[in-house]
Amino acid sequence: MTVGAALRSAAPGVPVPARATGPSGPRARRRSLLVGGLVLCAVVLALLALVSLAVGTRAVPLGTVVEALTRYDPADTDQLVVVTLRIPRTVVGLLVGAALGLAGCVMQGVTRNPLADPGILGVNAGAALFVVLAIGVLGVSSVGGYVWFAFAGAALAAVVVYAVAAVGREGATPVKLALAGAALTAGFGAVTTALLLLDQRTFDEFRFWQVGSLTGRDLGVVAAVSPFLAVGGLLALGLGRSLNTLALGDEVARGLGARVGTVRLVSALSVVLLCGAATAAAGPIGFVGLVIPHLARTLVGPDHRWLLPYSMLLGPVLLLAADVLGRVIARPAEVQVAIVTAVIGAPVFIALVRRRKLATA
Amino acid sequence: MTATDLRPPAERAAAEPDRPARGRAAARAAVTGVRRRRARRTLLVCLVLVVLIVVVLVASMITGDVPLTVGQVWYALTGRGTAGTNFIVYQLRLPRIETGLLTGACFGVAGAIFQSLVRNPLASPDIIGVSYGASAGGVVAILVLGWSGFALSGAALVGGLAVAAAIYLLAWRDGISGYRFVLIGIGLSAVLASVINYAITRAQVFEAQSALVWLTGSLNGASVDQFATLLPPAAVLLVAALVARRWLSGLQLGDELAVATGVPVERARLVLILIGVALAAVATAAVGPIGFVAFVAGPIARRLTRGTGDALVAPALVGALVVTAADYAGQHLLPVTLPVGVITPLIGAPYLLWLLITSGKTRFGGS
Repeated sequence: MTVGAALRSAAPGVPVPARATGPSGPRARRRSLLVGGLVLCAVVLALLALVSLAVGTRAVPLGTVVEALTRYDPADTDQLVVVTLRIPRTVVGLLVGAALGLAGCVMQGVTRNPLADPGILGVNAGAALFVVLAIGVLGVSSVGGYVWFAFAGAALAAVVVYAVAAVGREGATPVKLALAGAALTAGFGAVTTALLLLDQRTFDEFRFWQVGSLTGRDLGVVAAVSPFLAVGGLLALGLGRSLNTLALGDEVARGLGARVGTVRLVSALSVVLLCGAATAAAGPIGFVGLVIPHLARTLVGPDHRWLLPYSMLLGPVLLLAADVLGRVIARPAEVQVAIVTAVIGAPVFIALVRRRKLATA
Repeated sequence: MTATDLRPPAERAAAEPDRPARGRAAARAAVTGVRRRRARRTLLVCLVLVVLIVVVLVASMITGDVPLTVGQVWYALTGRGTAGTNFIVYQLRLPRIETGLLTGACFGVAGAIFQSLVRNPLASPDIIGVSYGASAGGVVAILVLGWSGFALSGAALVGGLAVAAAIYLLAWRDGISGYRFVLIGIGLSAVLASVINYAITRAQVFEAQSALVWLTGSLNGASVDQFATLLPPAAVLLVAALVARRWLSGLQLGDELAVATGVPVERARLVLILIGVALAAVATAAVGPIGFVAFVAGPIARRLTRGTGDALVAPALVGALVVTAADYAGQHLLPVTLPVGVITPLIGAPYLLWLLITSGKTRFGGS
């Protein structure tokens, strides 16, 4: 069975055909275990999506949520809230979480760097700056319009960070990538701040977007970014085998017949599409792309053919859980999802720095 | 690992095995010569920096919505000005310049202390999040508690100290590794930035815009009162830093040699870190975290003086020059008015990238 088939059969909500009846032995058993795990992730995700529809400033009983999904009655305020506010929010959360999980997994794989994350490497900051430029300077107002700027910014940041870090004999080390990302984030952040300071109206709109949040997004946003997310996601999911080869080092991978340059290019393309579209939809959200691949790795080991789909399902689990948490902890106000992910994710980052010999003394 | 090319010469010399006794007198003479030449160079550099600062000061005094001549400013400063020029000079321009000078010096010295202690040019308080900690304390104090003045400085100090303590504890594993220190600081900065962001989204838009100063750093809030709050703690801390400098040069040699030269290593390190954090926090309380000033001041000063890492006067002057010049540029040289904290990262971030590119050849990037 190909990975693609496993993925298709493990799409959320679709039950997996009984593949375990195939050839017996430990490998088959492991595979059925992994597929079962994916199904479990999908079930958890579906439950979490239901919770995300029900929980908020206005608590809606689960029964009403199901009713709103099956027999929508606009006269019922609860159902109205669910359909007009919570469904778009949850869908955006699902898409952005999946995109960030996948992007983080591809980035960590292609740079062979456990600290890679669209937030830490400055890719989100690049996308954010270009979106602010598009809105503040050029007057672009639709998501469909500024998503292109988000791509441009994400691509620019990715190229600059990687180029800066890759100079020198030892190449792009985790430390150099993280520092180049921090420098770029600071530089881009300064320009973004300058633009926001100059224009109070833009600032008022953007102080919420800039933080990274799922509120106030309608299904038009989803429609605008989902084609890009789909392309980026498919590219990323197809990279499993290549990333496994690349993990052996460039030279070995070349010896095994992998086209290293092409793999890098496709990886970069998918990361830019995924991060650009996710940032255009929800603002810069960090640490999902960092935490999720590590979580997936502890579950399924280093095989990217499994890491990628697991990251794709676990990303939205984290993001939706963080979003629901943000709605609950500061009632009646809300804490933006990116703040919750930073508070959850930064300790993981610090633990990684402490545990691994990234920074040898 | 310690970046070999950035190790001060004194340390490099100390790491070499003992020379035979007969060469010692000649070596001592050579060292004295080098030292004298270096002292002369340092003095020269400091003088040039002072001259440059004076030029920026004069320029900032005479330019503005109401241009003044040098003569008018001089009359006002010597107590012979008209009511109008007195108001402009004493209420508007002088506090801004004084605040810029003093906070710049604080940031510069704080950066130089941190960089020397951790022996890593990246370990400045603005990169590792100490300034962010101070501004998070400040934002909470303004928006939640409604504090101002000394209480605000206190909140910023508590924030900075808490972050410094957290980094130190988290980075400690059989000693402090420079890169672990820096990376953990970057991780903590992300959390603090989101705390500040959260506070800002919770506030009203006007309040939030003034609190945004705390994210970027600006001299717009400078006033006579504010300078009066800043001056006493900043002056005490700067003097304390100059007194503790002796320990810094001892610690530069490494812990064992430092003990041999009579430096109480642990106490000295603690005191120096406290002074550095307090300097950064006091300056941040006044003007917000003006990014990259602490980061660039030390290395620039060191490059100019070709000195070792224990110098503090030159970094203070460089910091003061950077802040006042960047503020002047943000006020008068650009088509739009921008706070100083937006200008400095535009200079500092490329410098950090350049540092990463150029020193990549000499294994600066760690493992």
